[in-house]
Parts: sequence; structure tokens; C-alpha cells
Amino acid sequence: MSQDIQAIAKLDAEGLSLQSVSLWNVTMRRVLRRKSAIVGMIILGVLIFVALTAQWLAPYDPVKSMLDVKNYSGTVQKRLPPCIHIFGCPRDQPQHILGLDGNIRDEFSRLLYGSRLSLTIGLATVSFAIVIGTVLGALSGYLGGWVDNTIMRVMDVLLAFPSLLLAIAIVSVLGPGLINALLAIGIVSIPTYARVVRASVLSVREMDFVSASRALGGDMTQILFRRILPNALTPLIVQGTLGIATAILDAAALSFLGLGAQPPTPEWGAMLGAERNQVFTAPHLVFFPGVAIALTVLSFNLLGDGLRDALDPRLAHAS
Amino acid sequence: MTTYILRRILLSIPVLFGILFATFALGRLIPGDPCHAILGEKATDVVCDEFIRRHGLDKSIPVQFGYYVNEVAHGDFGRSFRFSKPVTDLLIERLPITVELSIAALFLSIIIGIPLGVISAVRHNSWVDVLTMLWANIGVSMPVFWLGLMLAYVFALALKDTPFQLPPSGRLSPGLITVPFYEVWNLHPTQGTVVFTILDFIGRMNILNGILTSDFALVKDAVTHLILPAFALSTIPMALIARMSRSAMLEVLGQDYIRTARAKGLRQRVVVMKHAFRNALLPLVTVIGLSLGSLLGGAVLTETVFNLSGVGRILYDAITARDYGIVQAFTVVIAIFFVILNLVVDISYAYLDPRIRLS
Repeated sequence: MSQDIQAIAKLDAEGLSLQSVSLWNVTMRRVLRRKSAIVGMIILGVLIFVALTAQWLAPYDPVKSMLDVKNYSGTVQKRLPPCIHIFGCPRDQPQHILGLDGNIRDEFSRLLYGSRLSLTIGLATVSFAIVIGTVLGALSGYLGGWVDNTIMRVMDVLLAFPSLLLAIAIVSVLGPGLINALLAIGIVSIPTYARVVRASVLSVREMDFVSASRALGGDMTQILFRRILPNALTPLIVQGTLGIATAILDAAALSFLGLGAQPPTPEWGAMLGAERNQVFTAPHLVFFPGVAIALTVLSFNLLGDGLRDALDPRLAHAS
Repeated sequence: MTTYILRRILLSIPVLFGILFATFALGRLIPGDPCHAILGEKATDVVCDEFIRRHGLDKSIPVQFGYYVNEVAHGDFGRSFRFSKPVTDLLIERLPITVELSIAALFLSIIIGIPLGVISAVRHNSWVDVLTMLWANIGVSMPVFWLGLMLAYVFALALKDTPFQLPPSGRLSPGLITVPFYEVWNLHPTQGTVVFTILDFIGRMNILNGILTSDFALVKDAVTHLILPAFALSTIPMALIARMSRSAMLEVLGQDYIRTARAKGLRQRVVVMKHAFRNALLPLVTVIGLSLGSLLGGAVLTETVFNLSGVGRILYDAITARDYGIVQAFTVVIAIFFVILNLVVDISYAYLDPRIRLS
């Protein structure tokens, strides 16, 4: 921060026009100074690219068995190990970089399409949790009193359950399925965001600019959304990024247990769960989906850590 | 201190009620009528009438909730139709396995995580530090179930017939039988009493039981079976503990009294262990306490992967069989356990840091 201020002061002293330094610019500059955050962004960039172009990158249909592929020339074999031409796979066999799965589908194509699901799952659950959490936290912090007490006690109860276990309980009641799993994970992660927003609302509620807004006759929604909530944005971005990582991991776990995405959906956790008894005979079918999950989660974790270091003014920017 | 403890206990009562209400509500949200949902195929009209009468399902919701609280307070969680025995018996049977696994995992994560964190703080920015942080980042990102399967593959198949071979599933090698320690000791507790329940609970933890009966071949076998699941389960808490002890140590090491201690000519080891580490312990207590929650969640996955018949495994079976009674009961028990754990963490925190109980 001090460097930025010095830079501005220098520009000012030289009589040059003063450019505004937005939060976005400052943040980006700080995030880009951290190697781990850059690694996270690169992995994430690749994932987004793969997710957007899966239909062109994937050599086969993710849910179609090789038996249904027209003019398929290879020998049809369940759980075929990876067959790559440059690594000595016979030329007359079609290439399957990651082999075939238990239903004779191309594992590589399924893995590529899986990135779409994982990213959507992460974004959808966290957006859901942030919207509800923000409303609850804002009301709680702004109104105080019994509203605050009621909302926060309910949040305490939600936090009292180990999150994956509560998600399992909710899905077992709602019934298995991807949407229900997402709903469960979303509900379970609401308290985190409600607490973050409530804390920021409490910290600025009594400040002069809020009182001024109120004195000028601003109504509650206007004060909350235009004056108070922008202050909660930075902690929400950090929490949200880290939350996406947890959401993806939990959704994969639910799918692994058979509670989330149902076959033939190419979801990584479900792919892993379907083949877990074949780990000794076809380890590639367990290994690759797991690596994909770990990389995705890792990218959000690294990016979230980087953002936290860049956005949290309490952390010293010694480096 | 007493006032603090009392106030903290009082504060957790509403949360406990909330937990009971939440699980009660979940039980009522099951689509269809609860009798058919809970009893499944066994639900005939006669059975359902009896079921509705017994659980007071014909009464108003507050009365039903009262019934439920009363049942839970008496440790009565109904019967499991799948295992056709009381859920409470199942809990006592299966919980020791999960507890043993969680304690082993927590133990691993502490004895590996704390030294790693302390060393990387003392040697800040060295290769140890970089590697530890890399491992910590990867550790929290790996799915537990995947790591479990991969460990099973590596140690049971790839390292087969080497000294590192480890069994991929189960708790004991086939053929080994455990004798509960209370029988070896010639205690003959009456079945159904609290004493019996406690002794039975302890006796079902193989390692502890083996030590108590000095059957060390059994202890060794139980330990080799526990290493892989415990390690898989320990990665996330280990990573969190390593990160937390690193940042806590870094903060403490930067303070003036550490410089003073160094200026006095104290040896590095004394400065690090006696002056710095003690003060860095505080935030660690919270992290360790809270990781038990994620351990219990992770135990469901680990037990499924390693075929351990603990609470997690039974929960998985119950979900696939739609045995809601078990799901509900186990959720309640684990949540209550979690609340008590948080209470203990808070109290120990206050004990360690006088500033908290005085504020």
C-alpha cells in the first residue's frame, strides 16, 4: 500500500495527472506478486478453458459407450488401460489417453466434461450461500436485538454439525441427486458468510458516513446495500473463493457416496465412486478423477490465500 | 473461572435444543409418512398404528418434539429395521471403531503437523518451509476418499511382499479373535448396566483392548490395519495444524521478548521451545479441537474406503438402505459430541489464557 501511495505522491510532485488507483488494480498487483496465487490462477485458467471447450477437446461423447460409437474399430474391452500410440499402443487401436471405464466410455472425455460440472457446482453452491448468508448477516448486524439473536443462534446450530455430516443428513432426507446435494452443501455453508457479513456490518454501522446517510433520509435498503454492504465485499470474496474449494470437495464426497450426481453424469466424485472397488485392477480409473478434483480444489485454495493476503489490511505487506 | 464455565455451559443449551429441533425437523421432512419411510417394507397397517402411537405421531408438533427430546434424553433412538436391533446398541457397537480411528488420525496429525509448522517458522523461507507449505496446500485439497484408495493401492499392491506392505481393509487379519479385557480380568459386569456399556465400549477399541490384555501380537496387527486409514484421515487436520503452528510461531518469534531472550544468550532450542512455542500453543488448541469435527465427517469416507465397520460405514449403509432412524440418531449423537468438544476447547482456552475469562 505504502508503495502505491508513494508512487502517487511522486506523480503528484512531478505535476503529472493523478491517476486513480482502484481496489481492483491494487489487488491484482498484490496477488500477482505471490507465486502460489499465480499457480492457482494458471490452473484455474486451464480448467476454465477446458470446461468451455470440452465439446471440441473431447474425442468421444462422455456418456456414450464405445459399443454405440459408429465405425469404432478398436476391440471393446471394459476398463481398458490407457492406450497412447507414442507409448507403444498398437497403431490399429484407437487412442484412449486415460483408457476406458467400466461402462466402456472414454475416461478422458468424461474427465474433460467433468470440469464443467465441478466449476458449476462450486460457483452455484457458493453463490447460493453468499446470497442467503449476506441477507441474513446484514439483517442480523443492522437490526440487532432479537432478530440478531434468533438468526445467529440458528447459524450456531448449523455450525454445530460437522459440515459433511449435515450435508449427508440433508441429502438422505431430500433424496440423492446433484441438485439436492448442491442445496445441502449450500445450506451448510450459509453460516460462514452470514458471520462474515454481520461482522463487517457491525464494524461500520455506527460510522459517520452511515449516520450521514440516515440523516439525509436514506431508507434501510439503500443504506444497507449502497453504504454498508460494499464494506463486506472484500472478506466475502476471500471467503467465497476458499468456499468454492470446500464446496467442490464436499460435492465430490457426496457423489462418491452415491448421494450426489447420478450415473451416467460425468462427475469426478461419482466416477471415482463407481470404480472404487476396481482400484487394484484398474487404478487409472480412480487415480485421474482424484487428481482432477485435487487440482481444482488446490487452484481455488491458492487463489483464495493469495486474495486474502492481498486484501486483508491487517496482514503486513512486508514483502 | 467457575462463572466462566457455568456461563459457557448455559450458552450451549440453546444450541443443543437447536440441534435436537433440526434433527427432529429433518425426520419430519422425509417425503411420505414417517412410518413407511422409517420402517420401509416392514410397514404394515398394524405395525404403523403401533409405530404412530409409540412415537405420538398423532399428537401436535410441539408434543411430538417433547416425545423426541424425551426419547433422546433416555438414549432411545428407536430400532433400525435394517439391522433389526436398537440404534443405541448399534452406536455402542460401532462408535468405538470410529473413535479409535479419529484419535489415531488426530495423534498422527499432531505429532507430524506441529513439528513441521514449528520448524518451518524457525527456518522461515527455507526449503523445509516451502515444502511444508506446499504439502499443507496439497493436503487440504486432496479428497480423503481418493487418498485412501491410492494408499491402499500403493501399500497393499505396489509394495506387496516388501516390509512396507500394509493391509488395505478391515480391522484385524482374518482368524484373529479379540477377547474383551474385562473377561481376561475376570470382571463379570451384568449386561445392560452402565458399567457394562462403558467396559464394552473400551473393549471394542482393538488397540486399547490389546494393551489392556497384554496381547501384543494383536496390538501390532490392529496397528498395521489402522495406519493407512488413520493417515488418509489425518491429512486435512495435519495440514491445518502445520499452517496454524507456523503462523502462530512466526508471530511470536517476531516479538520483543524473544529478542530479549536471544540477547540474554539463551540457546536457540530454549528460546523456541520455552519462550515461543508455549505462547503459540493457544490458537493451536482451537484448531485441534475444531479439526475433530472434520475428522468425524472424514471418518464416514475413510471407513467406507477401508471397509471399517464404524459409525461412518454404518451411516453409509443406512443411507443406501433408507434407514433414516440411524441417520437421524447418528447425526444427533455426533453433533452433541461436537458441541461438548467445542465447550471443552473454549474452557481449556480460557484456562490457558486468563485474558479470556476475565473479559
